[in-house]
Amino acid sequence: MCPSLKMAFFLLSNIIVFTTSAQQNAMAGVKGGTYIPLYGIDSSTVTVTSFKMDVFPVTNKEFLNFVIKHPQWQRSNIKRLFSDGSYLANWEGDTSFGDLIQPNAPITNISWFAAKNYCECQGKRLPTVDEWEYAAMADETTADARRKESYNQKILDWYESPKTFKKEIGSTFKNYWGIYDLHGLVWEWTLDFNSVLISGESRKDVDKDSNLFCGSAAVGATDLMNYAAFMRYALRGSLKANYSMRNLGFRCVEPLNKNNKHLSR
Amino acid sequence: MKNTFKISLLLILIGTLTSCDFTKKDKIATAIYECPMHCEGEKTYDKPGTCAVCKMELTTMAEKEKLNGEISDLSIYNLPSVWTTQNNEEIELKELHGDVVVMVMIYTSCQSACPRLAADMRNIEKQIPADKKDNVTLVLVSIDPETDTPERLTAFAKENKMESDKWVLLRGSEANTREFAAVLAVNYKKISPLDFSHSNIISVFDQGGELAHQQEGLGVNNKETIAKLLELVQ
Repeated sequence: MCPSLKMAFFLLSNIIVFTTSAQQNAMAGVKGGTYIPLYGIDSSTVTVTSFKMDVFPVTNKEFLNFVIKHPQWQRSNIKRLFSDGSYLANWEGDTSFGDLIQPNAPITNISWFAAKNYCECQGKRLPTVDEWEYAAMADETTADARRKESYNQKILDWYESPKTFKKEIGSTFKNYWGIYDLHGLVWEWTLDFNSVLISGESRKDVDKDSNLFCGSAAVGATDLMNYAAFMRYALRGSLKANYSMRNLGFRCVEPLNKNNKHLSR
Repeated sequence: MKNTFKISLLLILIGTLTSCDFTKKDKIATAIYECPMHCEGEKTYDKPGTCAVCKMELTTMAEKEKLNGEISDLSIYNLPSVWTTQNNEEIELKELHGDVVVMVMIYTSCQSACPRLAADMRNIEKQIPADKKDNVTLVLVSIDPETDTPERLTAFAKENKMESDKWVLLRGSEANTREFAAVLAVNYKKISPLDFSHSNIISVFDQGGELAHQQEGLGVNNKETIAKLLELVQ
């Protein structure tokens, strides 16, 4: 083998090592556009600017590395302001998750504060509700598949299947943008989950409860047929930032143009 | 070479990951001294010594903070965010440490609920006994930091008769505001360029920054809130 070829081969093998270890951190671009969210501003369209999103949800292994480097987020160290009692409750200890948990399954049982800080430590942030919903309305072939019966059925089938949070990342479909597992494994935290103004009690929400929420009459559902999305908004509306749930994980995003300080200002 | 490559990769990773420590280092200790009896009001000294009036030994402000107790795990003073007041001064929440704090989130261009929330806050203030007023701070946090400049906050304070130094109006970054709302369980959403939809919650924090009571809704009976407040300032 000639030396240059040998060198090239050597470099290539290194690159392969690199890409497999970095695979979990891979991000996919989502081209911006407009869409009508389930809950929005007077049923008008929302513009989402282009961004990059983690291809997979954050895994147990990745979160373990994070808490090893940042001990203040370990189970016995985390401030109670930032988590309820069930934070990482399924883990064996502060710095190990034990044999019963798949390293490559999505991390769950984490609070919003922990998820938010994890992303910030990667130089990223949590997606906004609009960014998440925008990326997640894609199926395998189309950017907006919300009108397809097959798309909605697939999500509803997931809601019916038990313990999907134990599956490994990448075990569901790859969507139009190249992103996996937005539907099918776990629910995901969003940066502004607390922008959902439904009190969680249907009889209360009918009269818009104007004493609890200023301007709530303006915030109604645009597409009540979209039951799957309704479930997601209802969940977000019921969450508090220190909650942790067994089937609630997260992934991070990065604005395409890092100079756009709209959210990190 | 493979190893060097991996090591350098590791170093880069460590570099990027350790650069974001959540807990900020405490402010560099330039000790400030004051008379423990406050003979000359809030006057402070930058050197140790004795008080010019009562001759007592000056104590450092840090010691005073210790007297008030360490903050607990549940304290909002664990939040490292920096805010701007209506007087254009930068403060961290933990500077409120030691006072009972009554807090609400509003925005100044709000037409419907916020004037009523402001009125609710004034009603609460009115019911604090005069000799306890010094131990209470009333805080309004803007959910619209883009519009609510310190000037607007000052104007709002004036309109709403919140001009005494008991009142603190704050604006922060969008991210800090979102985080703070998350702590208070206040939900809000921008519904038009000038309007927000938001939960109407007044929160009371004890001297250590722990949430002691929340009152939800507009113009609701504030008896419980007042009772809690009076219990705390005793």
